[in-house]
Amino acid sequence: MSAVVMDPQTRIVDNELVSVWLGKQLVGLPVAQVQDILGPQQITHVPRAAKEIAGVLNLRGRIVTAIDLRARLGMVARDSAIAGMSVVVEHKGELYSLLIDKVGEVLNAPLDRYEQDTSALSADWREVASGVFRLDAQLLVVLDVGRVLQISGITPAGQLDR
Amino acid sequence: MDELLSEFLTESFENLAMLDVELVRLEQNPNDPDLLSSIFRTAHTIKGTCGFLGLPRLERVAHSAENVLGRVRDGEIALTPAAVTLVLQALDRIKFILDQLEATEAEPPGDDAELIDALNRAADGDMPETQTPPPAETATAPAAVATMAAEPESDPMMEGEPALLKPSDAALEAAAAAVDEPGVVGERSGSSVAAQSLRVSVDLLEDLMTLVSELVLTRNQLLQMVRNEGESRFKGPLQRLSQITSELQEGVMKTRMQPIGNAWSKLPRLIRDLSLDLGKRIELKMLGADTELDRQVLDLIKDPLTHMVRNSADHGIETVMERKAAGKVEHGTITLNAYHEGGQIIIEIADDGKGLDVQRIGQKALEQGIVDAAELESMPPNQVMQFIFKAGFSTATTVTSVSGRGVGMDVVRTNIEKIGGHVDLSSEKGRGTKLTIKIPLTLAIVSALIVEAGAERFAIPQIGVVELVRAGQQSEHKIEIIDDAPILRLRDRLLPLVRLTTLLGLTNDAGLEHYEQAYVVVSQVGNSRVGLVVDKVFDTEEIVVKPVSPILRGVGCFSGNTILGDGSVVMILDLNSLTGSLNSASTEAGEPLDTQQQRGTESTSLLLFRASDRTPRAVPLGLVTRLEEIDLGELEESCGRAVLQYRGQLMPLTDIHGSTSLQGEGKRPALVFTDSNHNMGLVVDEIIDIANDVIDVKVASNAVGTIGSAVIAGRSTDIIDVAHFVQSVFGGWFAERESEPYRADEVPRTRRVLIVDDSSFFRNLLGPILSANGYDVVKVDRATKALELRDRGELFDAVISDIEMPEMDGFTFAKTLRQGGAWADLPVIALSSHTTEQDLQRGRDAGFTDYVGKLDREALLAAISHSLELQEALA
Repeated sequence: MSAVVMDPQTRIVDNELVSVWLGKQLVGLPVAQVQDILGPQQITHVPRAAKEIAGVLNLRGRIVTAIDLRARLGMVARDSAIAGMSVVVEHKGELYSLLIDKVGEVLNAPLDRYEQDTSALSADWREVASGVFRLDAQLLVVLDVGRVLQISGITPAGQLDR
Repeated sequence: MDELLSEFLTESFENLAMLDVELVRLEQNPNDPDLLSSIFRTAHTIKGTCGFLGLPRLERVAHSAENVLGRVRDGEIALTPAAVTLVLQALDRIKFILDQLEATEAEPPGDDAELIDALNRAADGDMPETQTPPPAETATAPAAVATMAAEPESDPMMEGEPALLKPSDAALEAAAAAVDEPGVVGERSGSSVAAQSLRVSVDLLEDLMTLVSELVLTRNQLLQMVRNEGESRFKGPLQRLSQITSELQEGVMKTRMQPIGNAWSKLPRLIRDLSLDLGKRIELKMLGADTELDRQVLDLIKDPLTHMVRNSADHGIETVMERKAAGKVEHGTITLNAYHEGGQIIIEIADDGKGLDVQRIGQKALEQGIVDAAELESMPPNQVMQFIFKAGFSTATTVTSVSGRGVGMDVVRTNIEKIGGHVDLSSEKGRGTKLTIKIPLTLAIVSALIVEAGAERFAIPQIGVVELVRAGQQSEHKIEIIDDAPILRLRDRLLPLVRLTTLLGLTNDAGLEHYEQAYVVVSQVGNSRVGLVVDKVFDTEEIVVKPVSPILRGVGCFSGNTILGDGSVVMILDLNSLTGSLNSASTEAGEPLDTQQQRGTESTSLLLFRASDRTPRAVPLGLVTRLEEIDLGELEESCGRAVLQYRGQLMPLTDIHGSTSLQGEGKRPALVFTDSNHNMGLVVDEIIDIANDVIDVKVASNAVGTIGSAVIAGRSTDIIDVAHFVQSVFGGWFAERESEPYRADEVPRTRRVLIVDDSSFFRNLLGPILSANGYDVVKVDRATKALELRDRGELFDAVISDIEMPEMDGFTFAKTLRQGGAWADLPVIALSSHTTEQDLQRGRDAGFTDYVGKLDREALLAAISHSLELQEALA
């Protein structure tokens, strides 16, 4: 069962999460939105798209846009030695694949360790984080998928050969 | 919602739409008994079905309307406009009730007594506007109506338990079938027709389509796998599977096809009501209503179409008074025409109204700050007209209930472009306006060319691809760099090139070395051609177009994406917007140039250069064979003229002033013009650019060697007269040429040729060329003027006609000529910038003797000469 409680600011906190690793950072995604976990995929690059968009891939006949979560969070690119994985999430009826280093586990984060104030995080992280769980081993930053997908930048059109 | 009710609603809406159309037709032919019976039947069916479902309010209104129609059918009362209006009002009331029914599943409360009363009085012949006296046998009439009303499908059940009874589907379908099948009033034989068609929900069809698309993809993957394996026992069954899949795909596609007439069904009523509202007389002609297209496309164009027709009626067609004053026939005509052409559907909406007021549009654009005065000054009228596609633009001085609200044409254009189509606009003051919409047949599956650029694969929809050329330094098609712009020489034409990698921002380096081995995808976008340089070309594939994810929509240069046979995803290039970025990059101001503005009229590739002063000069790229850099020091002199040894010949040179004694030193660029195998060079100071633009000669010039001035790439530019330079250098050269005009041996008379072309540029370009070749040339700018010449008894040996012209296009012109008259057997040569196989076929069908690409002067001369020869031989 997904334990959903109201926090003091009467915001719904979803504590059932899929944890994933980006380098040494642990990040959580709401289980309800996660559709699939995939191994390394063949991704088609999309020219002129924003740098956070890794490309598009074929998920059993559906075309899914892949988001490079490291780029989205302003982190350095992944070490090419790590193959990488993706978490497929659903948002407004569309599927998106979030590229991560590796997947952690499905967990019920303790609600008493929840911190909604994300002001301690850097600007890039604040933009997409909905809260932080202070786990024993380390902090787990919960991402708001909707905000992760708010990507606007488009690389300007190429210049002509002249 | 109750299934029965929802079926009833769908059916009734269809019936009502049909009634709308038929009533308006009836008004025009009040004596058509078949039409009248059909209308009566439809009204009767609506009433009957209402009775089934226990909808008393609906039934009462329908019954009264039917009553009136019944009396009209029996010749007891005359059909006046007032009567039709009344019946139409009743239909509107029925529609209103149905709408409410759809929303709330219950009849809305309300009182129709007044309407019913009016209808009943009309049935008794009591109408204020009617001149018909009340019929003598009023007493017997209601009885007759009553029998009729109770006659066929409905009676037994209705009389039993009208409110409670749920009729069987068969009964309902029988009612529907009576509508489909004319001539079965009062018989129950309709059910056999019902068995042959059934209603399927659109969602189900959509699901089927998606499934079939997936099946096609999986099939493609399997085919690829088996192909890689060489010998496989799966080969046979797979082939069968493949074939069935293709047939299935085709079948499902067909279920989605609907005649465009469905989108037009509301228009006759609309026009009728508008004519009354606006006090105009408007006739609506609908041609090609059975042209089929995908229902998804149909849905998307329905509203834009209605809007455009409404605009034509409101803004285009004048009032009867205005038309009389202008010497036109009293009633205006709006013509809708739909036909297939090259995998696309063309829909034309033309009116013979007053045309667009370019001045007022310009004025309005100024007021709204869309354009500044200087820009406006230099704009050709065609470009000014395009402002009506700008958001919030309306020139109607007063806002009417019909249009003039400033929402519309921009939405129309956006909606049509969304589905990969585009709108062209042409208009002539006092003559009318024509909108041409080109849209793809279907959005779901297209044939595409798979190419590679920058190690990535892309799909290019085949529809935009003219041909594929392999070019390279060793190949016969050489790529040359002119002023850093790569150009391909393709059969004596120069084609501007652009690398796909650069367009997509994949690389940024240019230079000749990249063109060592290049594949050029020659693409047609609107009216201009461009060569897209790619690294590799794979084969063509049928691809299922899937829309790009919302997150990628802002990128713009892709019309969708797809999964290829090998399972990988590729992006589908949107040539329209890609070339849009090309245009903006090539405008000097760097301001994004609206590509739509260029599509309005024919745009031409122009070579811009400077010679002797700072004024930019231009020449159509198609007339230039080569660009050379010559060393003035290496020039030799022959008979006092500067010549250059060039490819084993002596090539005469001239400068822009026609001086053939060139002085000076250093390297200078020269444009080489070739005619047959003679070359000549025009020495200039500097090559500036290549631009795609509409040539609209603003100021005709008397200066020697100049046709006139036009605005090219935002600057006033002199268009040079190539024929002048060629003549000045060669003098009598043309007389000795092979393609000299045909002369029958004994009769050395000059052949008379008529040029029909609305573009003054082409008239001015062709005139000198043909005169130089010994023809006597007469030029007119309209097909109608040509017909006037014919009717005046003028005689010609051949006619050369443009295709796209206002008023009467080339196809109609050719057909008209062939229909009879003094010119019925004349050679008629079409001149067009579109020379695809379909175009050629259409040209031949219309009666053209030959079909030649614009600017292809060699072909034109040969065609004239050949046709004359043929003509002479036949005579």
